Amino acid sequence: MSEPIALKLTAKDFKSDQEVRWCPGCGDYAILAAVQQFMPELNIPRENIVFVSGIGCSSRFPYYMNTYGMHSIHGRAPAIATGLSVSRPDLSVWVVTGDGDALSIGGNHLIHALRRNVNLKILLFNNRIYGLTKGQYSPTSEVGKITKSTPVGSADAPFNPLSLALGAEATFVGRTIDSDRKHLQSVLRAAAEHQGSAFVEIYQNCNIFNDGAFEQLKEPGTRDDYLIRLEHGQPITFGKDGQFCVVHPPRGFGLEVRDTAATPAEEIVVHDATVADPAYAFALSRLPGFDLRNTPIGVFRSVRRPSYDSVVQEQLTEARAKVTETPEQQLAGLLSSGDTWTIS
Amino acid sequence: MSKQIRQLDRVVIRFAGDSGDGMQLTGDRFTSETAQLGNDISTLPNFPAEIRAPAGTLPGVSSFQVHFADYDILTPGDAPNVLVAMNPAALKANLVDLPRGADIIVNTDEFTKRNLAKVGYASSPLDDDTLAGYVVHPVALTSMTIGALAQLDVSKKDAERAKNMFALGLLSWMYSRPYESTLRFLERKFAKRPELVAANVAAFKAGWNFGETTEDFAVRYEVKPAKMPPGTYRNITGNAALSLGIVAAGVRSGLPVFLGAYPITPASDILHELSKHKRFGVTTMQAEDEIAAIGAALGASYGGALGVTTTSGPGVALKGETISLAVALELPLVIVDVQRAGPSTGMPTKTEQADLNMALFGRHGEAPVAVIAPKSPSDCFYAALEAARIALTYRTPVILLSDNYVANGSEPWLLPDVESLPDLRVEFATAPNGEDGTTFLPYLRDPQTLARPWAIPGTPGLEHRIGGLEKADKTGDISYDPTNHDYMVRTRAARIEAIPVPDIEVEDPDGDARVLVLGWGSTYGPIGAACRALRQRGLPVAQAHLRHLAPMPANLGTVLRSYDRVVIPEMNLGQLANVIRARYLVDAIGYNQVRGLPFTAAELETMLEEVLKNV
Repeated sequence: MSEPIALKLTAKDFKSDQEVRWCPGCGDYAILAAVQQFMPELNIPRENIVFVSGIGCSSRFPYYMNTYGMHSIHGRAPAIATGLSVSRPDLSVWVVTGDGDALSIGGNHLIHALRRNVNLKILLFNNRIYGLTKGQYSPTSEVGKITKSTPVGSADAPFNPLSLALGAEATFVGRTIDSDRKHLQSVLRAAAEHQGSAFVEIYQNCNIFNDGAFEQLKEPGTRDDYLIRLEHGQPITFGKDGQFCVVHPPRGFGLEVRDTAATPAEEIVVHDATVADPAYAFALSRLPGFDLRNTPIGVFRSVRRPSYDSVVQEQLTEARAKVTETPEQQLAGLLSSGDTWTIS
Repeated sequence: MSKQIRQLDRVVIRFAGDSGDGMQLTGDRFTSETAQLGNDISTLPNFPAEIRAPAGTLPGVSSFQVHFADYDILTPGDAPNVLVAMNPAALKANLVDLPRGADIIVNTDEFTKRNLAKVGYASSPLDDDTLAGYVVHPVALTSMTIGALAQLDVSKKDAERAKNMFALGLLSWMYSRPYESTLRFLERKFAKRPELVAANVAAFKAGWNFGETTEDFAVRYEVKPAKMPPGTYRNITGNAALSLGIVAAGVRSGLPVFLGAYPITPASDILHELSKHKRFGVTTMQAEDEIAAIGAALGASYGGALGVTTTSGPGVALKGETISLAVALELPLVIVDVQRAGPSTGMPTKTEQADLNMALFGRHGEAPVAVIAPKSPSDCFYAALEAARIALTYRTPVILLSDNYVANGSEPWLLPDVESLPDLRVEFATAPNGEDGTTFLPYLRDPQTLARPWAIPGTPGLEHRIGGLEKADKTGDISYDPTNHDYMVRTRAARIEAIPVPDIEVEDPDGDARVLVLGWGSTYGPIGAACRALRQRGLPVAQAHLRHLAPMPANLGTVLRSYDRVVIPEMNLGQLANVIRARYLVDAIGYNQVRGLPFTAAELETMLEEVLKNV
C-alpha cells in the first residue's frame, strides 16, 4: 500500500469562522483548542470529517470546527451519527456530547451505539452540571448536590459514565481532563485509531455553575497523588513518589489501592487495556470515590470486535456481489416476482 | 355424480377461525388462486393483536375476507356470501355480518360442549334455530383431515393443523379455483419438512374430493375473469407495495436507501420486506427505539442517502422532534405512518385515519411538511415513489399516511414498466455557490423549488455546519435576528405550499351531480363503490379523492365551491373536514366512524342517499 499523501493541515484549518460563545474560562475552550491542534495528525481531509452533537454547552462544538457538522437534538446525536456512519463508511464521524445529553435524555442511544460498536468517536464532556439551562444537577452530580432544582440536595445516585459504557461492552473506553492537553490528545489519538465505538470521558470544568469540580486532579499539590495515569503494559503505580499501587485483592471482585512499599512487585497489577472481559476495566472505573482520589485516566479498555458499520457493509457487499443486471432490470425482476398472471 | 355449475358475477367469502387455525394463510392462498384466474379481487384480513389469544374464545377469532368478481371492484365486500367457521367462536363473532341466505360451512368437530360454553352458547347453534335462514353445511373438517392423513407419517397434531388446507381444498373446488400455485406454495413453505408437504397436499386434495363427492354440495360455482387492462398482474398488499415503492425510489434516484425502523404493528412488514433487498443497496437498521430510527434515517439523508423511517401513530408521536429538526435542516426524509386505531396503544391491528391532525400539525413550532396518502393497496407503490420525489426534490420531510386497511388488504396490481416510473435523480452540490466563487451558502435557495443545496460530507470546499438553531438566510449561520426568523418561518411554510401537486380530479360521469363526496386515503374503495351504486340507481353524485393533503391541490377550493353539498367520510371524528372548513370556508358535512373497520359501501350509500334527498 502506498503512503498516504500528507495533507499538511494545521490547527488553523480546523477553526471555523464562527465566534466561539462559551463563557470566558470554560473548560470547553481548552478541549476545542486541543482537538483542533490534534486533528491534522489524522491526515484526513476536512471534508471527510463530521462532528455531530446534541444539545447543551458542549454541543455547540461542531459550529467551531471547520469540518462538516450537525448540531442536532438533545440526546440524539449517537442515533443520527449512527445512520451517517453506517451509510458512509468513508467518513470519520465524531460525536460531542455532555453528561446531561449523553447520560440523561440520550442514555438509550449511547448504550446502543456502544453495544453495536458503531464506528463513532464519542467525546463526553463531563462537568457534572447542567450549564446551558443554568445550573441544575446532572446524572453525574454527586448525591446531595445543592442546585437550583435541588435546594436541599439531590436525592439520586449518579452514573459513573465509564462503568455505564463498560456495562454496554464498549470496545474502547478512556478518560482524560480538559486542562491536560498532552494527555487529552494522547487519548484522542488512541480513540481515533480504534475501529468501532470509542468512548472518551473528558472531565471539564464549568466555571460558572460547578467551578472546581475536578480541582484536585489539576492542582499541582494534589494531582499526582489523586490521578492514576494508566499506561498499557505498565504496572499501575501512582502518587508523587509512586507510593501507591493497584492490586487484585485476594477476596472480592474489584481492584484496590495499596502502599507500594508494602506490596510485593509481582502483586501490582500490570495494566492491560486489551483484556477481553470488561470486568477488569470496570473494576478500574470503580476505583475513585466522589472525593476524586484514585482517579484513573488514560485508556481503560481497547479491544477488537467487528464494528456494526463493517458488518452491515459486508452484508451489502455480499448481496451485491452476484448482481449482474442493471438496477432497472433488477427492479423489473423484483416487481414481477411471486405469483403473476397475464391478461392479453 | 355430476354437479351443477352455476355462474356468479361476484362472491364474498370469509374464512374465520382461531388465531392458531391459519386463516390468514388460507385466505391468502385462496386469493392467490383467484388472482390467477383473472378475477378482480379485494381482501380484508381482520385479526387480534394477541399472537395466540386463548383458544376457542371470541377475542381469539381471526378472519380473512376475500371479494372476487368478473368486473372491477373497489372493496372487500360489505357482507360475506359464504362464511367458513372453524369453531363456535368464529361462528358467533361473524354471524352478525352475515345476511340471511348466506352459506355457512362449519367445522362440526369443534362444536363440543366445552367450546360452546366458552362463547356462551347454551345449546349448539347447529341444533337449534340460531342458523335458521342460512344454508348450513356441517363438515367434520378436523376428523376428516386426520382420517385423510392416517397413512402418512405425521403426528396427530400436525395432521390436525392441516385442516385449514382441507377447508381451502373444499372452497377451491366449490369456486373452481386453479390450485397449482397452492401446491407449489406448500412445497416451498415446507421445503425442509417433506412430510408436511405431503400432509398439507393430502389435506387439500381431501377437501377438494370431498366437495366433488358429497351430496351436501350440489352446486359448483364459477366466476369468470374480469375485464381488466392487458398486462402482467400480481396480487399485492399495501405494505408490500409500499416496500417495493421504496426500493423503486432508490433505483430511480440512484441513491442508497436507508431505512431506520422500530418494530410496530402494522408497519413491521415493511421493515421485514426491505431487509430482503440489500442487493438494491437498501440498508435496514432495527433501531433501539422510534427516535433512534428516525435519527439514523436523518443522519443517512445528511450523508446523501434516501432516509426512510416506517412506523405507526405512537411512533410518529415519538419522532416529532426529529421531524422538526428535518424541517429546520431542510433535508429529504420519508416518514411512513401505517395508521392504526388510537389513542395510545388503542387497537393495534385495526384501522383508523386519526393521525391526519398529527401529520399536518403535530410538531412544535411552525413545522410544515408534505403529507400524502395512498388510496388502495397497490397505490402504496406509487405513493412511496411520490413521497420520495417530493422529499428529494424539495428537501423536506414527507409523511406518508397509509393505514391498516390498505396495508394488509390486497388487490391485483398491473405491474408498471420500470422505465415509465418517475426519474428521481438529484444533484448534490459540488462547488461553492457564493457570489465570490469561494463561499458556500448552505441556505441559498433554488429560485424554482425553494430547496437549499444538498451538500453531503465528503465534498471538498463545502464544509459547513447545520443544526436546529435558527439559521440566517443564505449563510446558515446561527441567527437570533427577529426579521430573519420571521422570514425563515414564512419561507419554510411557503416552500411546502409551493410544491406543485396535480389538480384533484372529480368523478361525475354525467356531470349533473350537486353533491360531492370528498375522501382521502383508504376510504377510496368504499366511497367509490357507494357512488357507483347510487349512480346505477339514477342518483347523481360526484367523487373526489385527496392524495396530497399538504400541500393541497390548487383547484380544490374551486371544486368544493361548485357543489351544493360536500360530504367527507372519514375513519376519525372529522379531521379533514375541519381543515377543509377552515381553509376553504366550505360547510362540509362529516360522516365519521371509528370502529377499527373500513366503511361498508352500503352504509355510505344509505348516508349519501339521505344527503341527496335534502339537497
